[in-house]
Amino acid sequence: MRYRAFTILGGAMALAACSANGSGQEVQSAGSTTPLATPDTPFASTYAPYPGAPTALVGATIYDGKGGRIDSGVVLFRDGEIAGIGGADLSTEGYMVVDGSGKFVTPGIIDIHSHLGDYPSPSVQAHSDGNEATSPTTPDVWAEHSVWPQDPGFSRALANGGVTSLQVLPGSANLMGGRSATLKNVPSRTVQGMKFPGAPYGFKMACGENPKRVYGRKGRKPSTRMGNFAVNRQTWLDAKEYADGDRDSRDLAQETLAGVLDGDILVHNHCYRADEMALVMDMAKEMGYRVSAFHHAVEAYKIGDLLKENGVCSAIWADWYGFKMESYDGIPENAALLQKEGACVVIHSDDDMGIQRLNQEAAKAQAAGARIGIAIPDAEVIGWITFNAAKAMGIDDQTGSLESGKMADVVLWNGDPLSVYSRPEKVWVDGALLFDSSDPKRRPVSDFELGQPGEGDVK
Amino acid sequence: MMKSTLLTAAATLALTAQAGAQDFAISNATVATGDGSDPIENATVVVRSGQIVSAGRGPAPSDIQVFDGTGTWVTPGMFMPLTNLGLWDVGAVSNSNDISADDARFNASLDASTAVNYASQHIAVSRGGGVTRATITMGSGGSIFAGQGAAIDLGADPNAVMKPKAFQFVILGERGARIAGGSRVAAFAEFANALREASEIAAGRRVADDSMLGRNDAEALIPVLNGQQQLYVHVERASDITAVLGLKSKYSKLDLVLVGVSEGWIVANQIAASGVPVIADPIDDLPESFEQLGATQSNVGRMVDAGVKVAIGALSGGTAGPRTAPQFAGNLVALNKVPRASGLSWGEAMAAITSMPAEISGYGGRYGVLRPGAAGDVVVWDGDPLELSSAPVRVFIDGIEQPLTNHQTRLRDRYRDLDESDLPKAYDW
Repeated sequence: MRYRAFTILGGAMALAACSANGSGQEVQSAGSTTPLATPDTPFASTYAPYPGAPTALVGATIYDGKGGRIDSGVVLFRDGEIAGIGGADLSTEGYMVVDGSGKFVTPGIIDIHSHLGDYPSPSVQAHSDGNEATSPTTPDVWAEHSVWPQDPGFSRALANGGVTSLQVLPGSANLMGGRSATLKNVPSRTVQGMKFPGAPYGFKMACGENPKRVYGRKGRKPSTRMGNFAVNRQTWLDAKEYADGDRDSRDLAQETLAGVLDGDILVHNHCYRADEMALVMDMAKEMGYRVSAFHHAVEAYKIGDLLKENGVCSAIWADWYGFKMESYDGIPENAALLQKEGACVVIHSDDDMGIQRLNQEAAKAQAAGARIGIAIPDAEVIGWITFNAAKAMGIDDQTGSLESGKMADVVLWNGDPLSVYSRPEKVWVDGALLFDSSDPKRRPVSDFELGQPGEGDVK
Repeated sequence: MMKSTLLTAAATLALTAQAGAQDFAISNATVATGDGSDPIENATVVVRSGQIVSAGRGPAPSDIQVFDGTGTWVTPGMFMPLTNLGLWDVGAVSNSNDISADDARFNASLDASTAVNYASQHIAVSRGGGVTRATITMGSGGSIFAGQGAAIDLGADPNAVMKPKAFQFVILGERGARIAGGSRVAAFAEFANALREASEIAAGRRVADDSMLGRNDAEALIPVLNGQQQLYVHVERASDITAVLGLKSKYSKLDLVLVGVSEGWIVANQIAASGVPVIADPIDDLPESFEQLGATQSNVGRMVDAGVKVAIGALSGGTAGPRTAPQFAGNLVALNKVPRASGLSWGEAMAAITSMPAEISGYGGRYGVLRPGAAGDVVVWDGDPLELSSAPVRVFIDGIEQPLTNHQTRLRDRYRDLDESDLPKAYDW
């Protein structure tokens, strides 16, 4: 039991969460080759897919992540890539056949908002590396430098949640919290070994209560919402000056902000209130950037029209509410009302427990809609935790859906993934089988857990 | 179809339902009695004078109103232990939050029932989710003793408190150690001293100069010492569980309930032998702290298999509240399909959020169960209550139909569309 279950404190959690991202913009080529660490790509990804057998999943219900559904279908993958998807007539010759009868296949689940690694387990002060809460704007910090690859939470997200990619964000203490890290959920000795090859960086921003509380208490700006906007706008004005110049001198903060203005770095903006999101979208227009997604966005349902018009996704929980003033108007129908309005929905976790059940959270949000007459097909709901997340993270041309040529990030569920009674049975990342519920050894155990009570347990 | 009649009638009926207990029957429903057994199809539940008369196979009586429950499931109202219901409005708005009294001069004598707000939105939201009874507690403040919890009902009326001072809550383990001065050793010393002072007061030989507790706090622990009031103890680590069970050898009358207990599976046989029940977080599976290294979702299933009485409480993750209890119970059922994992049967899972917490809270046979003589706490669901797609369509407490509206449902209704062509949304109410 975590103590906050009793205390319902906004503090710890509120600080931990935030970010947003947007629909895909230009994406660097996703190399399967190892990129070199150059000044342009420091700390470059060293991830390379693990070996996997050519595999055919046969007979399952397939949700392709983009709203498509195939009953008794076939998914083929080899050499790390999806090789085909179709009906029972698709040839499986040359593939190891896995019987999926009565089971379900989805793309690997993607969590657009996680703090695994930067607020890892055990959650001790020595590991609390998500908020550089020493200045309201820290565009110079990068979440990847805080990620502890041995966080046992990664393995739970894989085994119980079918999560194959995730975005680890800085916290929301700051208006500008820093760059995010987009990771493949693959155990590694280094964070470079987890970095999603070619993924654009995200940039974490935060509205509202957290920045003004954190800095107001320190007796400095911002201590109000108007202070939040003033600091943001002046920071952007200064950034434009840098970006419009020759950019010769290295400046970590300005390089990140210039990347946002260039459209190469995607803004993920923690923001709860509808009125505040509307202001942020106008600020983005004024300054010449765009918001990829509002994260948390508990009041997004009040402005679904504006969000659609601006092409901004809402990354939300199914039913969290009430833990802080700006979350007071959270309702379970948020996702469904957005979907009805034609706005982009992503279900996120912001939580090491919630990341293990994004499928369930999506199902609850779907059901809340159904009860008010908004019927959303299962296949579209799966998109909330796969393709839409990939789109807002700028990795949708590589993962997030089951399409030939894309990464073979695949989950075989032992039942309907929108049922509480179902769990991942097998999870492949780039075609490599990294979790198999029937094989006790085919599950990651972090260094931290070796020799401890429950090592290698089902968890 | 009568089902649709039943479903659509619910809202209208609820508005006028406060008049009093109805005599009614629900027929043709799938009925789960909450006692651990499997659901019964095509069953009937009969409620008269606010109490359950029968639940099971058999026709509805002809002399009372009968609702056709075709397609619905009927369960007892959920009984959620160790909530904060009625004690807060907004977590991070301290003025609205009575959960924790960090700067209070009192501790064990604090009485949570004195602050219960029956009109709290969280009570209304939980009621709409099918929770009809709960126990409430404060969080720990400046002492390892968080004070005395209460039992409440979630009825839409001013009489929320069923039993004040239902139990005392003490925090041991890591948290208790920090509160007590930095070590588990200090927490046990605090605990021993507090019970000593209580016993001296009880014996009429309190020495004021030698007292570290205020008189009220020491007195409040007398019923704990005598076993007249339950003592809930928060611990997680296996060795801490063993240590707490060992307290019985010194304080033989303690009526213990273990809370948290992430590593309970490691000492499950010992807990079972002690007869001490457990209120566990159902799906903790991360080493969030060094006292939870062995946390696994199979904890509850393994403890139940060993014969421990386990209720689900203190739900993991998120702040969606007690209404998510069915989801967590359902997750324990899901484990049955996972190789090597230990889950609960469907009936056991339902019991873990109904009859089991009621029993642990001292209300066995009264609440959390559909059986003759139990309170008429009845929830009608639009499907399998543990399934994510299901929700209550009608809720009765003591046979009185309850409103299912709250701040959230009003927002939902206002923002079903974004049309403001005639007037701003503020006029839509």
